[in-house]
Amino acid sequence: MTTTVPPTTTAPPATAPSTGASDRARGEQRLGWMLAGPAFAVMLLVTAYPIGQAVYQSLFAYRLTDPENRRFVGLNNYGVVLSDAIWWQSIGVTVLITVITVVVELILGFLLALVMANALKSIRPVVRAAILLPYAIITVVSAFAWQFAFDLNSGFVNSWFSWIPGISADTDWFGSFGSSILVICLAEIWKTTPFISLLILAGLAQVPDVLQEAAKVDGASWWQRMWKVTIPNMKAAIMVALLFRTLDAFRVFDSIFVMTAGANGTESVSFLAYRQTIARLEVGLGSAVSVLLFIAVVLIAFGFIKGFKVDLSQARGEK
Amino acid sequence: MRRPWRSRLAAAALAVVAVGGLAACGSGESGPPVLTWYTNPDDGGQATIAQKCTAAANGRYSIAVSVLPRESSEQRQQLVRRLAANDTSIDIMSLDPPYIPEYAQAGFLAPIPPDVAARVTEGTVQSAIDGATWDGKLVTVPFWANTQLLWYKKSAAAAAGIDMSQPVTWDQLIQAAEKANTNIAAQGRRAESLTVWFNALISSAGGAVIAQNSTDPTQIQLGLDSPAGQRAAQVMSDFAKSGREGAAFSTAGEDESVAAFEAGTAGWMVNWPFVWSKAKSGVEGGTLQQSVVDDYGWAIYPRVDADKPAAPPYGGINLGVGAFSRHPDLAYEATECITSTQNQKEYFLTNGNPASRSSVFSDPEVLADFPMAPTIEESLQLAAPRPQTPYYSEVSGSIQREYHPPASVSPATGADATALIQAVLSGRQLL
Repeated sequence: MTTTVPPTTTAPPATAPSTGASDRARGEQRLGWMLAGPAFAVMLLVTAYPIGQAVYQSLFAYRLTDPENRRFVGLNNYGVVLSDAIWWQSIGVTVLITVITVVVELILGFLLALVMANALKSIRPVVRAAILLPYAIITVVSAFAWQFAFDLNSGFVNSWFSWIPGISADTDWFGSFGSSILVICLAEIWKTTPFISLLILAGLAQVPDVLQEAAKVDGASWWQRMWKVTIPNMKAAIMVALLFRTLDAFRVFDSIFVMTAGANGTESVSFLAYRQTIARLEVGLGSAVSVLLFIAVVLIAFGFIKGFKVDLSQARGEK
Repeated sequence: MRRPWRSRLAAAALAVVAVGGLAACGSGESGPPVLTWYTNPDDGGQATIAQKCTAAANGRYSIAVSVLPRESSEQRQQLVRRLAANDTSIDIMSLDPPYIPEYAQAGFLAPIPPDVAARVTEGTVQSAIDGATWDGKLVTVPFWANTQLLWYKKSAAAAAGIDMSQPVTWDQLIQAAEKANTNIAAQGRRAESLTVWFNALISSAGGAVIAQNSTDPTQIQLGLDSPAGQRAAQVMSDFAKSGREGAAFSTAGEDESVAAFEAGTAGWMVNWPFVWSKAKSGVEGGTLQQSVVDDYGWAIYPRVDADKPAAPPYGGINLGVGAFSRHPDLAYEATECITSTQNQKEYFLTNGNPASRSSVFSDPEVLADFPMAPTIEESLQLAAPRPQTPYYSEVSGSIQREYHPPASVSPATGADATALIQAVLSGRQLL
């Protein structure tokens, strides 16, 4: 659908018909800047300044308790980080958690969006509220809830699921890498699936009813309509949901902090940055880790937008 | 050159804020200075002491309590960040001893007047004085001193036929637990408690984590790869693989140990004396049978080798006065009130935290409530502090990384940990 100008609007200027459109476009652009400008300035202030400061500090060997001995070391901190096995291990853990949670959340989120879209009008608000509830809970709180559930002493999981082979009263979920990651992923999935399903629901609403009806008339089955009509028409919404959630998942911190504190090799990149900056007070080294995390997130965003040709404006219903 | 200018500016800013604040209050007269005491969470004992000392000060100062996070590492993070920003609101701090060298080295603690130092160390157990000292100088005021005991169930000891009045080694404990078919609760979680355990083992084996101390991080000599370090690693690994360590040993902390001991799955446990207060309140609350608590026994922490004494963990809280406090003299006066023998005794009785002053342990009231008080005092005399270094966080963090899970500890762990700590301290590796 292209933007068509209704024929009844202003008559084209007598001199050059083409400049009329560009005048209008320029006007719109100016209005756009005026509307978005203040927000853009605030964003610059609250994001660009800390990012700039982190980049600056990452060039120093600087311990918070020893400011006298702060010295410029150039890119040395980056060398230390990138040559350390623990950095690559935490990258691996972060990618693993990101891939597992995003894939599961996409599938679950799609199903939940369908439920929300197709629920009876009378119960629709209740269904939506129930599905969205986990997203309203603070991540640390949800992490504690899941930790208590799986904990050997306070948890109910071991006694409820003892009929599953491999689970007994003595199963220590946080005692090994695999089971720790499983619980961390479960907590993340439970918490953020509503976010994905909300974005997908918005996409579902964008699929024109006329297309669905036309397909129905042509005798397409439910499955065919889903694959041939619904999903292709909401691809942009799905990609945006994926992009936002991937960026979010890559910065996973709270659940790991609460559940394992990085034990059994479950440390994520954010956790590594926290440990250097906050626990060790090595501001320079920690800033280098943060900057590298920032670069990774930028690369993901760039890859999604260029690689998958995600058009952010399309998801907002502008086209 | 810049400091005086800065502090003058800060003083001017402060004056403006103070005048503004007073004007806003509408009262021209300033009340007595309020000293802020940052405390670790407890059962309200420190708040009570603050009230008593405020009353005792006769209006010369009052003490307001501000509670810090639960974990000592998080308490440190908050205090250090504030002190690095020259926070003047920090007058008195309840500090966990291992982090004291870091505060002292960074100049975050106001110097102790010599007369105060003399008074607060009189009659104080040696390990508490050691824990309050850095670089040969007393830098904090000893408040309460903690140590771990070996707790046991009398029934389990009887079943195993072991005489708990005699010193025991870790190996003997494992054998006894086999005979009595029960577990031993220790802390194998990747947390500070693991460093506490390892430090007790290496000290009892006759070694130390830091063999040669230095304020230059690259000059610190470590003792992890020594014969004592090897022996400590062996005891740790033997215990973790003994089958008597209990379920979820690699994630168990102090609270999990108590739960196992109270539930009866563990017949022995190494832990701090808070378990006694917990047991008593459990009986009062109806969650624990009196017969279970009657079965509790206590002894000095286990040895590594029969011919060398035990080196029980030392903990507790010392009071530091912030270097940027506006009233360091009043703050030190307040610490003397807080750590008075009477207050230490009441804190012991109400909150279960042992005193740092010897005379408290022979007090009849204390003995009535805490029959293990003499054992605690004896343990405090033997106790070994954790490595004293401004880089404690790095040392402890590296130990936790290399010695966890305890079942994976091997003879090579000492060398690995040494290499890691050296690389971390010289900025060549992440932690």
